[in-house]
Amino acid sequence: MSDIVESTGPAEGGSRPGDGADHLDHVRPRGVAGTAGRGSTGGRWGTARGPRPRHLSWSGLGLAVPGIALTAVSPTVLPAPGWVCFLAFAAGLAVAYAGVARLCRGAFGGSFDLMFWLCLVWLVVLVLAALLAPVLPLGEYRDIAKTIEAPAMAPPALFSEHPLGTNNFGLDLLARIVYGARASLLVSIGAVAIGMVVGGAIGILAGFFRRLTDTVVGVFTNSLLAVPPLILLIALGTVLEPNLRNIAIALSLLALPSMIRMARAGTLTFAQREFVLAAKAMGASRWRVMVRELLPNVLLPLASYGMVIVSVLIVAEASLSFLGLGIQPPDPSWGNMIAEGEGNAFQDHPHIVLVPGVTLFLTVFAFNLIGEKARKRWDPRQAKL
Amino acid sequence: MARGVLKRLAEIAVVLFVVSVGTFALVDLTPGDPAITVLGEGHTPAEYAALREEMGLNDPFLVRYGSWLGSALQGDLGASLIPPNSDVAERIAAALPVSAEVAVLGLVMALVVSVPLAMWSAYHADGRVDRIISAGTFGVLSVPSFLAGLLIIMVFSNQLGWFPRAEWVRLGEGLGGNLYHAFLPALTIALAETAMFTRILRGDLITTLQEDFILAAKAKGMPAARVLFSDALRPSSFSLITLLGISLGRLIGSTVIVEYLFALPGMGTLIIGSADKGDFPMVQGAVLVIALIYVLANALIDLSYGYLDPRIRRAHV
Repeated sequence: MSDIVESTGPAEGGSRPGDGADHLDHVRPRGVAGTAGRGSTGGRWGTARGPRPRHLSWSGLGLAVPGIALTAVSPTVLPAPGWVCFLAFAAGLAVAYAGVARLCRGAFGGSFDLMFWLCLVWLVVLVLAALLAPVLPLGEYRDIAKTIEAPAMAPPALFSEHPLGTNNFGLDLLARIVYGARASLLVSIGAVAIGMVVGGAIGILAGFFRRLTDTVVGVFTNSLLAVPPLILLIALGTVLEPNLRNIAIALSLLALPSMIRMARAGTLTFAQREFVLAAKAMGASRWRVMVRELLPNVLLPLASYGMVIVSVLIVAEASLSFLGLGIQPPDPSWGNMIAEGEGNAFQDHPHIVLVPGVTLFLTVFAFNLIGEKARKRWDPRQAKL
Repeated sequence: MARGVLKRLAEIAVVLFVVSVGTFALVDLTPGDPAITVLGEGHTPAEYAALREEMGLNDPFLVRYGSWLGSALQGDLGASLIPPNSDVAERIAAALPVSAEVAVLGLVMALVVSVPLAMWSAYHADGRVDRIISAGTFGVLSVPSFLAGLLIIMVFSNQLGWFPRAEWVRLGEGLGGNLYHAFLPALTIALAETAMFTRILRGDLITTLQEDFILAAKAKGMPAARVLFSDALRPSSFSLITLLGISLGRLIGSTVIVEYLFALPGMGTLIIGSADKGDFPMVQGAVLVIALIYVLANALIDLSYGYLDPRIRRAHV
């Protein structure tokens, strides 16, 4: 949880042993007031508590067991209206989380970040499911003709044939979620990859050659930034065929300006450094300086930014598909699945919206959390924004 | 300062020029054909050729761009391809106030909520409430605006029936009704912005609250609220102002989605409807107008640093 809750001291973003060498020119003065005035605040999150032998946290166990029990019981057995069930479920989840977090801190040391690992597990499961979708025993996700027999709008029931329910054509929602993840992840990660390669290359060129190249690239990035992201996507959606490749290219335009700017800024800083001078003095060609000296240094912040922007792109793709300009039904995407629930369907069958909605939320949350952690780790200058 | 402003204006002009070429070329470089959009199915080749000639589609790119830009500069953005072929500029002029109102209302709501929230959070940093606020805002940031909008509609208009959906009362027809209808859309927009503003402002406030002048103010015995509002807020607002510029793009995006969800007659509905039907002049005009507003707003935000921070005022902008 420690990454959701921002730390207090201004010294946090400054320097940290280990990566300090790369950011010497940006080290901020350590806030004396920050560390002295609130010396004891870290204790809650374990780091300042000092080493403590591994132990079984009884209070954690006491919270975890009833929490998990409540979570399991509330949606199925509890004889109460929907709102009460939902609240009980949420409360059970919170209690179980608090308990398991204590247990894990006891077992793995005080700095164990349960939320981080949960997010990681979720993403790994999602990616694996997306990769293995064709061989998994899933229901029908696309072909309406095959689901005439299947119940339409079946509510989620964990141990039935359709664990997450079906939509109005009787298509299995779990299968659609998994295939939607396939499309969503493919498009977003593809877009980040395109953005990183193209943006990184353009940024390094602009930062290395300066002068005219830099000016032209600057005007180009500013112009891309001059159109709000979603508007740009809609404008492109007007003219492009909505297939996965085109959507990935359109999304990569969102990642491009920041990638270019970061690569350029990194190049400007590193081009002044001694190792670049040394390489030049040894007669390295410009190409070699860019690829062997600058690229490895510029790449790391780009990669951690890539982690952050993946979630933005997933949301952008979902929004586009929700508006009917992205991935077209019957091919599933989380966005167009949520769009199915617009109007009255949502009222009578909330699971149509909630199943893809919760999946989308969890995925975006996981990417945000992990991205935040990655950014704090590798790019402390930007930790705040 | 004057030179800085001039330089900035020149940059804006160049950027807008590139954007206008881009939006114009977008239509040109892609497989869609405006003439086919107009004719629809079932036309003869002769009709098609005549229409292309009439619309000037056979002229070279630069000639067409020049004439489009020429009339755009005079406020004429052409006519829609879809019957009743209404004037693009007129449609935009009718739609823009709706979008602007919803977006501004959302922004104001976000500021009104996030400033006190951030102050409480920063003043009691690492307290229980602070941690709940931090975790809550992080969670809210992970909810896409269309999902938030759907849930809000579900709860407030479908379940509780407090607010209407898919209705709009223009500002001219009464302020009360107008605000009543704008509330839910604005709330949807405000959610994500509130979370973002709170997080940023909290971070800056915590830094500011450790400065000596805050200690001095506290030592003089000034009440906490006074210290926070009159001493700490202004020096803490730079990141927030920068963020306003960055989040403006997201704000416009969520406004588009919210209008679509609530069926408001704004720019978003206009642009999505036109995009669906391949109405190129409408999309071109709308994108150009939105880009113009976006760029100008960002420039204004840059200038406002000078107002907030005297150190920047003396340096070049």
